[in-house]
Amino acid sequence: MTAQEINEILKAQFGDAVLEGKLENVPDPFVKVQPERILEIAAFVRSDERLQFDYLMCLSGVDYKGKLGVTYHLYSMVHRHKFVLKVEVPTETPNIPSVESVWKTADWHEREAFDLYGINFTGHPDLRRILLPYDWEGYPLRKDYQTPEYYNGMKVPY
Amino acid sequence: MGLLDQKFESSNVVITTMDDLLNWARLSSLWQMQFGLACCAIEMMAASASNFDMMRFGVIPRATPRQCDVMIVSGTVTLKMASRIKRLYDQMSEPRYVISMGSCSNCGGPYWEHGYHVLKGVDRVIPVDVYVPGCPPRPEALIEGLIKLQEKIRNESLVQKKAV
Ligand code: SF4
Repeated sequence: MTAQEINEILKAQFGDAVLEGKLENVPDPFVKVQPERILEIAAFVRSDERLQFDYLMCLSGVDYKGKLGVTYHLYSMVHRHKFVLKVEVPTETPNIPSVESVWKTADWHEREAFDLYGINFTGHPDLRRILLPYDWEGYPLRKDYQTPEYYNGMKVPY
Repeated sequence: MGLLDQKFESSNVVITTMDDLLNWARLSSLWQMQFGLACCAIEMMAASASNFDMMRFGVIPRATPRQCDVMIVSGTVTLKMASRIKRLYDQMSEPRYVISMGSCSNCGGPYWEHGYHVLKGVDRVIPVDVYVPGCPPRPEALIEGLIKLQEKIRNESLVQKKAV
């Protein structure tokens, strides 16, 4: 199924929740969707007969300076088509519903995005740091992150 | 190592100093704390494998710090790992030695500027005897570092007090 057809199915089902996107002349066609409805949309694209996105290839956090985003790369093993969903939230209130209940893969991916970007995935069963130590302060992959001078008495800068 | 066998025709007496004997024994059986931290660990494994065969120098990887003489810090020391390395080092019995292998554990390596999570040199938490440069160092370089450490041990004295 082509990106346009997938986009039309999404538009027909969710209307306003599907925002603008880019479907041509990009390696991975994507649409942005409203962050509040991402869980609903995820459950739909996974279960719908025509789409059947049964595989979440990657879930990544992005810092757009002032906005934080999450990108979902989806693949269907059944239909062998790909699609990308994106959401954006303001940095001050980075709350995005967790899709862990739809794709189990999202569990650790969301923990990673929380760890490095501080995105709060609401409804996640176990949202804590996954790579950095539990007592780490701040979210290192944010653009405005300042490397600490000391961590537990160890000097950090060169 | 086959140093002494077949050198003597009949049983005999060898005279040496206590220091030489003990140092020779220690430097010929440097058991190694076995853990790899990053890409350098691959070269460390290659040095232990059959082509380079560090075991001919008496280097045997051990899985517990209690049985080890030398810790080869092979790779990127993250801040999270640094406290673990310190603890493992403290658990080794003396005399103990440290070889810092590769740019990362020498000085932070490629992460020296933007590595918010990397300790810029393992010598910030534990004392280092030999630094092996390279990214990664070849097994020959690690073996050279090991031979440097053996030289150091050969010149130590366990019985004489060091002048202060
Ligand atoms: S020094 Fe180079 S090869 Fe060794 S751990 Fe660091 S980056 Fe990897």
